[in-house]
Amino acid sequence: MTTKLTIGKAINEGLRRAMEDDPKVLVMGEDVGRLGGVFRVTDGLHKDFGADRVIDTPLAESGIIGTAIGLALRGYRPVCEIQFDGFFFPATNQTFTQLAKMHQRSGGRLRLPVVLRIPYGGGIGAVEHHSESPEAYFAHTAGLRVVTVANPEDAYWMVQQAIACDDPVVFFEPKRRYWDKADVDTTRSLTSAAPMGAARIARPGQDVTLVAYGPMVKTALQAAEADTDHSVEVIDLRSLSPIDYDTVCSSVRRTGRLVVAHEAPVSSGLGAEIAARVTEECFYHLEAPVVRVGGFDTPYPPSRLEEHYLPDLDRVLDGVDRTFAF
Amino acid sequence: MPVTTSHEEPELIQLLTPEGEFKEHPDYPLDISAEEMRGLYRDLALVRRLDTEAVALQRQGELGLWASLLGQEAAQVGSGRALRPNDMAFPSYREHGVAWCRGVAPKDLLALFRGVTNGGWNPDDHGFHLYTIVIGTQALHATGYAMGIQRDGALGEDGSAVIVYFGDGATSQGDTNEAFVYAAVNNAPVVFFCQNNQWAISEPLERQSRVPLYRRAEGFGFPGVRVDGNDVLACLAVTRAALHNAREGQGPSLIEAFTYRMGAHTTSDDPTRYRMSAELEEWKAKDPLLRLHTFLTRNGLADEAFFAAVEEEAGRLGERIRTECRALPDPAPLDIFHEVYAEPHHHIDRQRAEFADYLASFEGADAEGGR
Ligand SMILES: Cc1ncc(C[n+]2csc(CCOP(=O)(O)OP(=O)(O)O)c2C)c(N)n1
Ligand SMILES: [Mg+2]
Repeated sequence: MTTKLTIGKAINEGLRRAMEDDPKVLVMGEDVGRLGGVFRVTDGLHKDFGADRVIDTPLAESGIIGTAIGLALRGYRPVCEIQFDGFFFPATNQTFTQLAKMHQRSGGRLRLPVVLRIPYGGGIGAVEHHSESPEAYFAHTAGLRVVTVANPEDAYWMVQQAIACDDPVVFFEPKRRYWDKADVDTTRSLTSAAPMGAARIARPGQDVTLVAYGPMVKTALQAAEADTDHSVEVIDLRSLSPIDYDTVCSSVRRTGRLVVAHEAPVSSGLGAEIAARVTEECFYHLEAPVVRVGGFDTPYPPSRLEEHYLPDLDRVLDGVDRTFAF
Repeated sequence: MPVTTSHEEPELIQLLTPEGEFKEHPDYPLDISAEEMRGLYRDLALVRRLDTEAVALQRQGELGLWASLLGQEAAQVGSGRALRPNDMAFPSYREHGVAWCRGVAPKDLLALFRGVTNGGWNPDDHGFHLYTIVIGTQALHATGYAMGIQRDGALGEDGSAVIVYFGDGATSQGDTNEAFVYAAVNNAPVVFFCQNNQWAISEPLERQSRVPLYRRAEGFGFPGVRVDGNDVLACLAVTRAALHNAREGQGPSLIEAFTYRMGAHTTSDDPTRYRMSAELEEWKAKDPLLRLHTFLTRNGLADEAFFAAVEEEAGRLGERIRTECRALPDPAPLDIFHEVYAEPHHHIDRQRAEFADYLASFEGADAEGGR
């Protein structure tokens, strides 16, 4: 049986199911209770599971992650909502120096099954700090798994997989796509869903591989559709750390060309890492240098300029064309 | 679970009751002329109009967002008018009333919420720093600035003090608490002005504190007071005293202005999801404009002609704001690369040039892209 869900609602349903399945699952963050979060992703959970399991935290992100660590040490599985990408930073210390390292430091004795849900990316006309794509910082940090979703199906299953995972998982939610709708089969079992760490071929093609993730997958699919000259294979990365290089490299070996697109600044971004790795692994199959399409190496601009900052269909196609101009 | 450990009712410093009755306070004598009082009323009325216009402009799609100060006019105008020209204020994102007192043009405030800039004005021109959205960060900036004033030897009667604005929610943030520590151990000339409007988006004060907020100060080692935030005279008197003490080298203090957020958190928020309208009704009776209006009228300090003139001025301000907002030019695409660094930066220059070429490639084909 399938249900039509938006990405936001699919995460909500996924959280609900995880909370039903495991009484140790907690939801915590600013305004996640009665309000249901500023994007309503936790809507109804406070009413149905109570204030002990759906915690409106004080306004302090370091506190959210720090206490989540303590709760995890006591056997809970906290799912922390950070209200917006730009408000994660007060929690940087707890996340990078503590959460990410504690498992190894304990000789594997301690488990930190903490999920950080972070709405990220631009395109909603917001004020400063509400449109950023900070995923590279997390992917650069050992000990954290980093995933992101591009459709309701993945949203529903991957949030549950993230909660079930015994490692800390940073779960990036593409905020401008929260309202995108699709059918989700919610009757399957969690184990039958595609693994959280695997990339997915979102659209098969022969001439060029286009890797995207999160909010950019939709743009990449539109670009592939619009490109009448080339057959574009679109890969939805899903996991940003670790990256499923098997899927990416086997595609590149077939197509010989790679474009990576993300909203985050290009320099030292995920695209740079993927380009380097693919160059190492597929050097003799490449017909052209790997091209990166992304945000500029500037602060995210005021909203009236964001259409110019965000890589759109034209910028992605320009990137595709550049690999063929070689 | 107990939510309060306090037995005594906190003292609320008030000079003007909600009914418009003036009461002396032994610690806060107020030396103020009738003309200054009328000036305060004018400020309150104009600031409220600015706010109402901005909400309307957001509804019309002219602004991306607006954070309304409705209900907090007295806390902002009272404290804002307590500042002297060489004092420095550090706001959060709701201090439109303080901005008004510091001479920031309304259109410069609107520019931020329209999305044409992330800044909007020159802080040094106004003694009013840029708005700060990341909660609590500015408390440390204010404290550091105050430490600079100390090092400059710029205290004393002709010297400077600093005021920093933040909300009840912000008192939970690490940065705010670190600022309390830094200000205390350095005896920094900074006034922490907390507008306790009872809500941090959907979270009531009980989610942030078990004690009245002003009592936090004691633990950090400096004085804290709670003032009626809807009483412009009390806010003026209490802030003047705190700034005076700071300038005189007596160090930091905390003012909790007890007030209420009459509107939504921002235009994106729907408060019906989390609070009762009865609460709003209760606070409407404590409206900051109403009580000053009553006081001025009853004591013959202002007549109908004065209020009519203010009303008329507010109308003109509203019209000016609408016109100026719509006329705010969109920034040019290449502005994205401007002022990222103070010193030349070859990488940004190169990226800017590449983007200029890219935009030029659309010229003719698509005039929009080359704008
Ligand atoms: C570090 C940080 N976390 C979260 C937010 C999102 N946010 C914006 S305003 C707000 C509530 C602030 O409440 P309060 O400090 O009481 O100020 P008020 O809005 O009531 O003026 C929150 C959680 C933010 N801006 N910064
Ligand atoms: Mg508040």
